[in-house]
Amino acid sequence: MTIAVAPQRPAPGPTRAYHFPAFERLTLDNGLALVVAPVTKLPVVTILALVDAGAAADPTGREGVARLTAQTLAEGTERRDGAQLADQFERLGTALDTSADWDSTVVRVTVTSDRLAEAMPLMAEVLRSPSFPEREVERLKQERLAELLQQQAEPRGLADDMFDRFTYVSSSRYALPDGGIEATVAALTRSTVDEFYRARYAPGATTLIIVGDVTPNVARSMAAESFGTWSGSVAQRALVSDQPARIARTVHVVGKADAPQSELRVGHVGLPRLHPEYFAVVVMNAILGGLFSSRINLNLREAHAYTYGAFSSFDWRRAAGPFSVATAVRSDVTDAAVREILLEIDRMRAEEVTEAELTLATSYLDGVFPIRFESTTAIASALSSLVTYGLPNDYFDRYRASIRSVTASQVLEAARAHVRPEQLQIVAVGDPALVRGPLEQLALGPMHVYDAEGHPAD
Amino acid sequence: MQVTRMQLPIDTFRLPNGLFVTLSEDHTAPLVAVNLWYHVGSANERAGRTGFAHLFEHMLFQGSANVAANEHFELVQRAGGTLNGSTWLDRTNYFETVPSNQLALALWLEADRMGRLLPAMTQQKLDTQRDVVKNERRWSVDNQPYGTWWEKLPALAFPSDHPFHHSLIGSMEDLSEASLEDVAQFFATYYTPDNAVLSIAGDFDPAEARRLVEDYYGPIPRGAGRPQLPVMDVPPTFGEWRREVVSDAVMLPRLYLAFRSPVFGSDAYYAASVAGAILGMRRGSRLHRALVRERQIAADATAFTFDLPKGSDLLVVDVTARPGVDADTLEREVAREIDTLHSGGVTDSEVERALALIETDFVTSMQAAGDRADKLSMFATYFGDPRLVNEQVARYRRVTTRDVNAFVQDRLGSDNRVSLLYIPRESGMEATDVADLEATSV
Repeated sequence: MTIAVAPQRPAPGPTRAYHFPAFERLTLDNGLALVVAPVTKLPVVTILALVDAGAAADPTGREGVARLTAQTLAEGTERRDGAQLADQFERLGTALDTSADWDSTVVRVTVTSDRLAEAMPLMAEVLRSPSFPEREVERLKQERLAELLQQQAEPRGLADDMFDRFTYVSSSRYALPDGGIEATVAALTRSTVDEFYRARYAPGATTLIIVGDVTPNVARSMAAESFGTWSGSVAQRALVSDQPARIARTVHVVGKADAPQSELRVGHVGLPRLHPEYFAVVVMNAILGGLFSSRINLNLREAHAYTYGAFSSFDWRRAAGPFSVATAVRSDVTDAAVREILLEIDRMRAEEVTEAELTLATSYLDGVFPIRFESTTAIASALSSLVTYGLPNDYFDRYRASIRSVTASQVLEAARAHVRPEQLQIVAVGDPALVRGPLEQLALGPMHVYDAEGHPAD
Repeated sequence: MQVTRMQLPIDTFRLPNGLFVTLSEDHTAPLVAVNLWYHVGSANERAGRTGFAHLFEHMLFQGSANVAANEHFELVQRAGGTLNGSTWLDRTNYFETVPSNQLALALWLEADRMGRLLPAMTQQKLDTQRDVVKNERRWSVDNQPYGTWWEKLPALAFPSDHPFHHSLIGSMEDLSEASLEDVAQFFATYYTPDNAVLSIAGDFDPAEARRLVEDYYGPIPRGAGRPQLPVMDVPPTFGEWRREVVSDAVMLPRLYLAFRSPVFGSDAYYAASVAGAILGMRRGSRLHRALVRERQIAADATAFTFDLPKGSDLLVVDVTARPGVDADTLEREVAREIDTLHSGGVTDSEVERALALIETDFVTSMQAAGDRADKLSMFATYFGDPRLVNEQVARYRRVTTRDVNAFVQDRLGSDNRVSLLYIPRESGMEATDVADLEATSV
């Protein structure tokens, strides 16, 4: 079966140039910003409305209102009820996706270009005159409560939420999930949703991003026609606190009896998106745990077979989102996996990465750049981050050179400055009978044990 | 502008060793996708080796004669590419999307493991990947609410001697038994050029691509032919409503209700797919409208098809209860919706809505080169003709309300159902096992 002579491993051919799609930016008289990127490969267009109304803007005690408001936008307008609205979009072959992340609310459709002229006014109707029917607000609120209930049995989402809660000071919006918790969601009503809408949705707080098979002229006139007479303004957005809950390294065990695996989250408060060392941190994280061939994944998965996969990430937001290592490991190696994660973090800070590791990360991030933007939705979402974080218009043109310019010493500096072993919050969602003792033996710091709802269990 | 203008350019050729190659050019971005389908999946596993096809997929990333363990991943990522593999009931695929100047590397890597895998296989690598896969099983099945649906539903829907009956991820016991000899045998039997389709989509020069394929794959010898699978055919309906109640660590009841439906690619499949979209695609679908929006019995409701091209396809309805709604109510109310559809049929307007959604989904799914290459491989593997990808929109458009109603009438009755009803373990309801999983009638 085996063949004696194999062809030589090939070298790459000459590189072909790639340019991120050209786009136009302008502002309508009412303050609505417009970004248009013509992409004509296929007859499809994505319209994405980006509203400066993320979960970070949730008022205290009303955590979850940004998401509930975004969801309820699609559930009725002054002219149509929710069922009619869904039907209208679906007859155009699309559905309205509405969501709120930490920094923005996103309302998005992708249609074949022959239906763009019908989709645009419908989208405007949703943004400009939502009716927030009481019945639908209540239903979506109940659906969020159902999701929270489900999560008590779903270890991944539970681990994410618990990690945030133990990492951020309780007065920080980031300490609670973006969709809110049972107590805050239960308190939401039609009027809190309507108030949030009035406070945060306005043309001056909205950017309409149009990507696909459309000319800038057509896109501009369609947008002006549907959104040009929208009026109103919003107050300045308050900054969200990103203070840590505690400085000392602490172990948190969240009980899930009989769990065959432990979901681990190990990390601390990270960095805001607009950070001068952004590119060095991105490359550092790729080497530590961002790639399949990263140190953490090769150690935990390929060398030790503790897990199906282990990754690290910086969650980039306006204020400092979390840095964390996430994995699910066999229960009986929970302590060993934590020890290996800490060793890899220490190693990252102890000495410079090798040339091979550095170039793997930089050539991957550089080379994969065009592959990230194959669809209109992917391009629209890249343009959203440009708008949300106020990145320069040539950001994507310079991205690849910025990545390639990162050096091993910058990576080391980034690791030493921004990954702090003594401040790590170590969260294990698993079977306390199996993981508690061994984790205690590691003597990493104080240990707290909780039930699946996060109440102290001892 | 009309969506109908969307036709992929497709070229094909076959090497003397049987490897079937499809090419589809698109020069809008400097990237290219390489996609290999091997016509082998969990259906081809022998008794006592459930999960082996998938474990074997993991072994393909452990190196080959000229590639070190995990180097495949590293080389592709260093080249600026993305990659992975996946295992399904009847096929296994491996794919890379790379900058177009790295096409040769992707083709060479796939050829090295197609032609020269075994010299790199060791007991230690097998032991490690076995443990990785066991962790994948814990992660995706055992420690995930409702995670077992995925092996319980096919087990309930196909007779015990049917190739689709057993678990794709495999049992812990069978994974423990897998040996290096199994690896060698599976490789020799199924990982041969005549049992594979290679697709290349994106920015490449066709003459150069052909030369590379001939150089790299031409010398790999043809296989001895894959063993025949047992008969896949099953009766068009279950002949009964077969129920299994699963008591599990879940917080809310959930119902999986499946119907035997026409195999993927048949004319009747397209009507079934439209019926599925009417039932459970997006918020305007019947189940969402009735159960989630109006009656508020369910937190979520969807429907989908497995897209199996042999034996029988399955149309599956998946509905989760709202808190406070018990499992019996959930099952009764879902059944009532299905019965209403079965007796009353669908309207023209519902068919139009479904077709519009399906068409947009299809067009948007053609944007990424990797997705195009995968579809080409699929149609070539299943039906010997990648050009079928260009007929999909037209085939959907030919579906009439009458066709959908014929499907609904034939297949959505209470004589063609299997169901898995998950109930929270603490609720005190006793789980009852289905005594006999075999098709007992028809």
